[in-house]
Amino acid sequence: MAAPRGAWLARTSVPAHQLHIVSGKGGTGKTTIAAALACALATRGRRVLLCEVEGRHGITDLFGRPNAADTTTEPRIARTSAGGQVHGLEIDAEEALMEYLATFYHLGIAGKALDRFGVIDFATSIAPGLRDVLLTGKVYEAVRRRQKGRRDSYDAVVLDAPPTGRLARFLNVHEAVSGLAKVGPIAKQADSIMAMLRSEITTVHLVTLLEDMPVTETTEAVAELAPTGIQVGSVIANRATPSPLANDQLELARDGKLQLDLPMLAQADRTALAEEFVGEASRILAERECRERLTSLGVPIVDVPREPLGVDLTTLSSLVESLTHQLSEEVNA
Amino acid sequence: MTPVDRPEDLPTPDIPALDIPQILTDESVQILLCCGSGGVGKTTMSAALALSAARAGRKVVVITIDPAKRLAQSLGIEDLDNTPRPVDLGGLGLSGARTGSLDAMMLDMKRTFDDVVEAHASPERAAQILTNPFYQALSTSFAGTQEYMAMEKLGQLHTEARETGRWDLIVVDTPPARSALDFLDAPEHLAELLEGRFLGMLLSPSKGPLRFMSAGFSLVVATMNKVLGSQLLADVQTFADAFEALFGGFRQRAEQTMAQLSGDHTRFLVVATGERDSLRESAWFTDRLSTENMPLAGVIVNRIDTTEVNLSADRALTIAEDLPADSAEAVALTRHAERVRTRERQLALVQRFAATHRGVPMHLVPALVGDVHDLAALDQVGTLLSDLSLTGVAADR
Repeated sequence: MAAPRGAWLARTSVPAHQLHIVSGKGGTGKTTIAAALACALATRGRRVLLCEVEGRHGITDLFGRPNAADTTTEPRIARTSAGGQVHGLEIDAEEALMEYLATFYHLGIAGKALDRFGVIDFATSIAPGLRDVLLTGKVYEAVRRRQKGRRDSYDAVVLDAPPTGRLARFLNVHEAVSGLAKVGPIAKQADSIMAMLRSEITTVHLVTLLEDMPVTETTEAVAELAPTGIQVGSVIANRATPSPLANDQLELARDGKLQLDLPMLAQADRTALAEEFVGEASRILAERECRERLTSLGVPIVDVPREPLGVDLTTLSSLVESLTHQLSEEVNA
Repeated sequence: MTPVDRPEDLPTPDIPALDIPQILTDESVQILLCCGSGGVGKTTMSAALALSAARAGRKVVVITIDPAKRLAQSLGIEDLDNTPRPVDLGGLGLSGARTGSLDAMMLDMKRTFDDVVEAHASPERAAQILTNPFYQALSTSFAGTQEYMAMEKLGQLHTEARETGRWDLIVVDTPPARSALDFLDAPEHLAELLEGRFLGMLLSPSKGPLRFMSAGFSLVVATMNKVLGSQLLADVQTFADAFEALFGGFRQRAEQTMAQLSGDHTRFLVVATGERDSLRESAWFTDRLSTENMPLAGVIVNRIDTTEVNLSADRALTIAEDLPADSAEAVALTRHAERVRTRERQLALVQRFAATHRGVPMHLVPALVGDVHDLAALDQVGTLLSDLSLTGVAADR
């Protein structure tokens, strides 16, 4: 295979999976986790592609590169401290359809005219499932480049996928295109996409918070994905509250029976702090209960502590480190 | 004692208070829409607002979309039957003549769509539409149908409210979209697609605007047929014809509901959390409402961390350093420090939003411990929503 651009450091290994699909309930931080995972996978000399499909400009917002929205150039959005690079791609269904028409039907200029009259919008919106096949098709194309030994190939592709509630439908492209043409390139490509998603190069990461609703959705997503044959590689418990205290101590604190021995504080502050700790202890206990529910899924759990400063480019590195460490077999640095 | 490091020295634009009790008791307000991106607590806020309004004497119905199971159970709507059901408020100890009533329902989009068809079509025509394969896809899994049906249901309940007087306030929890803007855009997009212009173009291009480039166009039509399948296009056309003839077009219906929403009797409440993404989303939505002259009541920022302890994050951590890391004292102090820092960050983001959206009323809701899944907890949220001392960042001083 020809050495891709930027491979000035010898690559020692490739990640365990080439395609990483990241999903989660809305508000759990899946876009941030996807970005951090892309950075974690980008170790020495590796090239990683971070894709988003929902038009939320999450990549641009986090990395602040104005060109990340340009689907044609896949600009580099980050160089990692480990010596790899992350590229960004915002996949747009309408553009993907145009590209598709150009590739398979040589409809270059006619395709543009169709777009002007809204036919492309019509087709991608009206045909159930077409949009999803176009989006996953583009990811498929990016993943396949390595097998074809292309210069613009990637060692790993990270997909910031739709939320868990829609994930199974999004990935189940077979089902999705069943209402479309039974023959022709779309149907054929759907088969290839499905085969890739079910193969050992693909893994799904479900991001959750340690709260009732997100954990319930995660459980449902695992159940919905099971019949599709797509593997769930990890559940990422985001914004977890770390605590060295044992449950019985936390229970005492929650019930207001724990005295805080802090003579340096004024009596009023000691009381207020103890009251605040009642709530904290109760939250930590609730989180632990949720985590317990997650362990029953039989999927490895990655714990990501909450970041009080919020995640931006400066705090992203600690998140990357945490993922690199806990997903060391995935990253395979 | 070290002063608590709250962001006093940050520039604080004047943030007007979002007077929720005033909105809930204003009888000219008949529709309240809660918008925001997924995961911000919109459903809980909608239900809490509805409960507060009922407490204040309004006759309220709340349309919820996909509530958490236990919340649905406590509202008595775990059966998805698409009909408003009275919520038993007996357990809350409400009393006096001012107590109104609360009905709740969970939106079933397919059922709503089917009802529309059945109400307006002859039985044969209705059967023709309901069995159309494209209609079945449209009514269950189409992007935008949920938004459209939420609007449709709102329109229906509003009419019923005016005719029967059963309700005087409708609270709507909008669908969990990728973006709050979808609620405004999806119905029109759907209407536009079904208007049939492009469809007509595909099926008989000689009449459409593309007739001038007919050479390439027949190739295009053939291609679209291959891509989409000719059966799908045929189904779509049968459906669109039947539908258009019956209801004078999707677009008109969507436009009517939109017009209802921009009237004096409607208020939009934007729900956010003190996170960057959520407030950015709210900024877009707020701007959009103002562009379209839609009546924005204000922004509710949910899950703001609060503290009653007069101890800065730095000092808490300094004290904790001298204690064993696994002692309850050290943990309590570290948790406190993190809480203070989180709060600072949240308030800074709120202030940044306020600086670019001057004059938009805001209300900050403290983070609660535990999930809200019973009426008592909803009632507590309602109290927090009505507590004006929590409104605005200035209240923090």
